[in-house]
Amino acid sequence: MAARVCKSYKVLVGMEIHVQLATHSKMFTGAANGFGGEPNSQVDEVVLGLPGTLPVMNKRAVEYSIKVGLALGCQIAKHTKWDRKSYYYPDLPKNYQISQYDLPLCYEGEFTIAGEDGQPKTVRIRRAHLEEDAGKLMHEAPGGYAIDHSIVDLNRAGTPLLEIVTEPDLSSPKDVATFGQELQKLVQFLGVSEAQMQMGHMRFEPNINVHITDQDGIVHKTAITEIKNLNSFSVLERATAFEIARQLREWEETGSLGKKSTYGWDEASGSTFFQRFKEDAHEYRYFPDPDLVPVEVDDAWLATLKAEIGEMPAARLKRYIEALGLPLADATLLAGDHATGQLLDGAVAAGASAKRVANLILSHGRRIANERALPLGRLNLKPGRLAELARLIDENKIAAAEPAGKVLERLMEQDAPAEQIATELGLIQSSDTGPIDAAIDALIAQNPKSLQDYRGGKQAALGALVGMIMKGGKGLNAKVVQERLREKLGQG
Amino acid sequence: MPENPDKDRLSVEDVRHVARLARLALDEERLAKFTPQLESILEYVAKIREADVTGVPPMAHALPLANVLREDVVEASLPIEQVLQNAPETDGRFFKVPKILGGDEDSAG
Repeated sequence: MAARVCKSYKVLVGMEIHVQLATHSKMFTGAANGFGGEPNSQVDEVVLGLPGTLPVMNKRAVEYSIKVGLALGCQIAKHTKWDRKSYYYPDLPKNYQISQYDLPLCYEGEFTIAGEDGQPKTVRIRRAHLEEDAGKLMHEAPGGYAIDHSIVDLNRAGTPLLEIVTEPDLSSPKDVATFGQELQKLVQFLGVSEAQMQMGHMRFEPNINVHITDQDGIVHKTAITEIKNLNSFSVLERATAFEIARQLREWEETGSLGKKSTYGWDEASGSTFFQRFKEDAHEYRYFPDPDLVPVEVDDAWLATLKAEIGEMPAARLKRYIEALGLPLADATLLAGDHATGQLLDGAVAAGASAKRVANLILSHGRRIANERALPLGRLNLKPGRLAELARLIDENKIAAAEPAGKVLERLMEQDAPAEQIATELGLIQSSDTGPIDAAIDALIAQNPKSLQDYRGGKQAALGALVGMIMKGGKGLNAKVVQERLREKLGQG
Repeated sequence: MPENPDKDRLSVEDVRHVARLARLALDEERLAKFTPQLESILEYVAKIREADVTGVPPMAHALPLANVLREDVVEASLPIEQVLQNAPETDGRFFKVPKILGGDEDSAG
């Protein structure tokens, strides 16, 4: 048998992504949609699939899905419906999942990322459909104790899940991970999902195969394998790389192209492991759900949702750099998060300088957000108040450093004019030269030596003098003190 | 479904397959009994094939309604006693089920 030599190969990866939508209630009933509650505390008759219950669509979940579809440049179906996907599993009380089979809400879109090679990489979106999630089946007790049975928590059952499916347009593990990260930013920007990876808000399933060209120029295509349930970008990249190498190695060693199958990821060994062949896949017996009427999306509804999305992140980033003159790094941070962008835009609209507001948000705002473990977009600041604070700094009424930070922190809790808060906190500084000159004169009278030092060429003495004046007379503008001091000493 | 040489006839194997998908344990005697019964039901429903549907758009629902939506408002959940009331077995606040090998591979997706 002739040796097999892989002269070159091409990687093809398509992705399936599940996004947990951040609605308040579940997809088809009013039970709360939230993580972390007591087991089975967010469960009602509909979630349990009790006889006689009827599902009713959550309007917000439908709207969030359409927004993602619009942001991905998808066609939005004018007419769509719900289908039952039947299978038996303990985490699925009704024995079917409500999903969308042949008429997805969104289809035929595209999403462009910065590829590994530095070129823009456009990934076609095949479809994005809405469905309900299953509950959680666990094989050990909370805390990791072994049990001889399994346990079910239905809090997640019935929560809205958007499944996005791409065409196999990704061609490297790095691009796969970048795609995941960019998609996370997009859904966070749209405000439709918290998209916290460690919380399982986004789950990725890469579908991978390679086209191998051998020494004779013949192309061999390996069977597609799907890696299930990856929920970190690092794992997504490593699992994809491992699976590509595994398929190449298998062909080189045995000549086998494999069979369509499902793999899992084992973090401990850093490798994928076989789960099952796709031929064994369940027959889901999809059929239209008679309990739910169709969804029809008209132009007026679409226009409203488009207006709510407003400016997309890429356009906003460009505007921050070109129109507001912000540096790339700052603009990226501010434009990457919808609420933060709104705050900046609101403050600028209220008349503040963009750079000043950007600095306030990125220095003090970010520090406070970190201290309180809050996302930057949840500082609860009013744009108008932030603009007032920016103006106080511009007018030299308050120092941009620590004092401004204190006022900003107070503004998160108290809706009052920034100047009033600064006054209450005793942080307003005086730029009035009268008291400053008096303080300088008093100091010079008391410290003739410093004066001599300065005149003798010891520039460093100036800093010490400013420090003494600031300590003695609270609320003076340090900048003005320095200016006046230099002037006076220079005169003398 | 498995290949069936006589496509219009329902075989015992078809019924066995459908029963397995529905997690119904049917013995040979019942499979033999249910096969003609299920076949006669299908024959009855097959009458619908006689209708001429040329030019008729596919119907998703019997009611001429669309967009029955609810606002995204949280309503009360059931107390845990009622949630678990019909469970054959429980473990604390959880439903207790037989151990299923193969982890969560079949969960939603």
